[in-house]
Amino acid sequence: MDLKEKLLASFMAFENQLDLEHPVHDIRSEAIKNFEQLGFPHRKLEAWKYTSLASLQKTDFTLFPKEDNSLEYREVKPYFLHEIDTYKIVFIDGIYSSYLSETTHDGVDICLMSAALTKPMYKPIIDVYFNKIAKAEDSLTSLNTAFTREGAYIYIPKNKAPRKPVEILHLSTGSEAALMLQPRNLIIAEDNAELQVIERHQSLSSNAVLTNAVTEIFAGKNAQVDYYKVQNDREGASLIDNTYIDQKDSSQVSVHTFSFGGKLTRNNLNFFQDGSGINSVLKGVTILGEKQHVDHHTLVHHQQPHCESHQDYKGIFGQQSTGVFNGKIIVDKIAQKTNAFQQNNNLLISDKANVNTKPQLEIFADDVRCSHGCTIGQLDQEALFYLRSRGIPQKEASALMMYAFANNVLESVRIPELKARINKLIAKKLGVNVGFAL
Amino acid sequence: MAYTEEELKKELESKEYAYGFYTDIDSETFPKGLSEEIVIAISRKKEEPQWMTEWRLESFRLWQEMEEPEWANVNYKKPDFQDISYYSAPNKKPKYESLDEVDPELLETFEKLGISLEEQKKLAGVAVDVVMDSVSVATTFKKTLAEKGIIFCSISEAIQEHPELVRKYIGSVVPQRDNFYAALNSAVFSDGSFCYIPKGVRCPMELSTYFRINQAGTGQFERTLVIADEGSYVSYLEGCTAPSRDENQLHAAVVELIALDNAEIKYSTVQNWFPGDKEGKGGVFNFVTKRGLCERNAKISWTQVETGSAVTWKYPSCVLKGDNSIGEFYSIAVTNNFQQADTGTKMIHLGNNTRSTIISKGISAGQSQNSYRGLVQVGRRAKNARNFSQCDSLLMGNRCGAHTFPYIEAGNSTAQIEHEATTSKIGEDQIFYCNQRGIDTEKAIALIVNGFSKEVLNKLPMEFAVEAQKLLEISLEGSVG
Repeated sequence: MDLKEKLLASFMAFENQLDLEHPVHDIRSEAIKNFEQLGFPHRKLEAWKYTSLASLQKTDFTLFPKEDNSLEYREVKPYFLHEIDTYKIVFIDGIYSSYLSETTHDGVDICLMSAALTKPMYKPIIDVYFNKIAKAEDSLTSLNTAFTREGAYIYIPKNKAPRKPVEILHLSTGSEAALMLQPRNLIIAEDNAELQVIERHQSLSSNAVLTNAVTEIFAGKNAQVDYYKVQNDREGASLIDNTYIDQKDSSQVSVHTFSFGGKLTRNNLNFFQDGSGINSVLKGVTILGEKQHVDHHTLVHHQQPHCESHQDYKGIFGQQSTGVFNGKIIVDKIAQKTNAFQQNNNLLISDKANVNTKPQLEIFADDVRCSHGCTIGQLDQEALFYLRSRGIPQKEASALMMYAFANNVLESVRIPELKARINKLIAKKLGVNVGFAL
Repeated sequence: MAYTEEELKKELESKEYAYGFYTDIDSETFPKGLSEEIVIAISRKKEEPQWMTEWRLESFRLWQEMEEPEWANVNYKKPDFQDISYYSAPNKKPKYESLDEVDPELLETFEKLGISLEEQKKLAGVAVDVVMDSVSVATTFKKTLAEKGIIFCSISEAIQEHPELVRKYIGSVVPQRDNFYAALNSAVFSDGSFCYIPKGVRCPMELSTYFRINQAGTGQFERTLVIADEGSYVSYLEGCTAPSRDENQLHAAVVELIALDNAEIKYSTVQNWFPGDKEGKGGVFNFVTKRGLCERNAKISWTQVETGSAVTWKYPSCVLKGDNSIGEFYSIAVTNNFQQADTGTKMIHLGNNTRSTIISKGISAGQSQNSYRGLVQVGRRAKNARNFSQCDSLLMGNRCGAHTFPYIEAGNSTAQIEHEATTSKIGEDQIFYCNQRGIDTEKAIALIVNGFSKEVLNKLPMEFAVEAQKLLEISLEGSVG
């Protein structure tokens, strides 16, 4: 039985555990029909030209883990940003772990999707926001919608800001030979609200894990949301991340994606600018080795005048890794005075590594400034020679240059502890310690 | 200047396509429709050898199994392939030795096209092959070229007289099964130009082909094959026009360039097919496959100025097979009114130390859509490949669109690829600066557009550059508000 059949069959069983009268269930039924029709994306589709899900579809994934697994804090401590105090929403094999988590309802709601979907007090908000920007025409998003049950739910009312950043951590224990997870997150920051989120998917064994996550983020007028994705998973883990962001007037949303591991990672990051004076920031550092594959797919849709977007993706590809970047900027007819910038720089450090990049502009307004640049190249030999002539060994010298290469992206990380953590990850990934922090 | 922008706009919109005349020349046209019989009939008509007929039939069978591609960023009503006549030739097709023998009406057509053969012959020193509807009607300077061993004739003539060359190279760069339109062309191509430059010869003059669709309801399918043998050089020009008609005409050409070791081919196109009227009615569908193959140290340079056609769909490409080979692509694509253009290039780096440059300038006005679509691919074994691409788009008015779809695929770590693209409009401060110095808005725009496209215009041969510059001005007049 292939994965699609299995999913469709499991949906029946899944339905039995749910309240079928709840309005969200109509959305689920609609979504599963959609998925049934579309199926898994294949390489004939332009958006999936460089990423194949064929081998994943042959894996026999367990959709609902048999038993509850618990973990001790010390086992997972390294995956938390433990240097600072944070709110934590932790899932083990897709199931919420209250023991490891720290949620709040004090002025802001930082809790669970399952609670938000079932408790009547959240209904007005769910009605307004749930599944409003997630694309129905995307088959994997529909699949996630159909199986929506658990995930993080964050609601920051007007003029509020939580006291500390929120960490969302998805852990998989490897108790199943192959596990498929479909977390669904809903994040709402109303007018003038502020929020910082760090999200991480982590497998604790080398067993196969496939995560098909959907996150919807709504930023109200003048809201500020910073979202950090840390993707440093083990060799068995694959991640398809679909993030949809809706921005209102003068809001600022930034998404930083750090991809250092995992077997296959696909990031679909979609920004919809639904107001003027908006700023959207999309940044990413990708450092890959082995046979890892990372595909960044970004979309920034400028729908209103006087907005900005900045994209900066850096990639370093070694061994037999593959990197894909496809960035699309759409500027609508009325979105005059748009300033859209997109940059993608790639370093190829192995002969067997591969980079496919496609920056794409679709512009319908005339009074705009849109530019994109992309490069693929190697480290500058002369700069390398300069460093070596000053007594810095080859390995450190090239690492130094790669640090510098990635620095643009790290610069805008607003949580210093996180920056230090990423820094360490980069050093580890490059196999050196240059003895300084950026 | 009492000219208001409104007036200017009106004048521009109604500015007629200067080449929209129709020449009443007696011509023989095949019945509409496409079948194996028609393919065989075309081949018979041209008295082709058996292998050619079979090659056409093979293409036709491949074509029948193919589907019309839909990935391009253009919208149009698909042509009905059974409603097109696949062969139309001016009647009484004599072989002219000198221009005096040519049908005076035909000569008048050339006169209108602005290519007085006589004048060309004397002044420009350009050898011209004119393809009217489907058949090559005049080739000038044949004798002069023959002295150097250069073969420059229509492809039907080449099939008769140099079958070994044609057989060896036709379909070697653009195979029959390459794409829908290439297959169609391979099956029904009626004429085109053939050019062979022998070893070590530098072609003393620019070679030129002029295409024109004259008859209604016909499609033009020409095939160009240019072979530059080792160490040779040739510069080739191509121009095209068509009468104004309400219906859409189909033009599906295939151009194959082969640059052997150390050879250089420079191929320039000024494409000015009828773009349709200001309501977007009529116009030519231009679906062209152009590709060049570079052997060791060879160089192919494509330069194109695209101002015409209702729908353009064209990607002149270079396959950089040999070590140290060079591919270049310089393009200006202008779209106005309801024109749609999806054009760009493919640079396939296979050899070591290969280099490619892409400069693409898109200018969109009116309600047109202009897309750049390009591919830079570096093979796994292609060491030290170098590419630089630059795509700039200029938007005039807020009803048009500019799109870029650059694909970059690097499979070797020694590759160095740079791509940059910008989209902007003509700055108000730039226009103001010109106005302030007494240059009216219209002129100022022409000036700025000229500056914008200078990098590409500079690459055109002299005679063409002037024409192209004029064309740019005409295509854009009054499109700026």
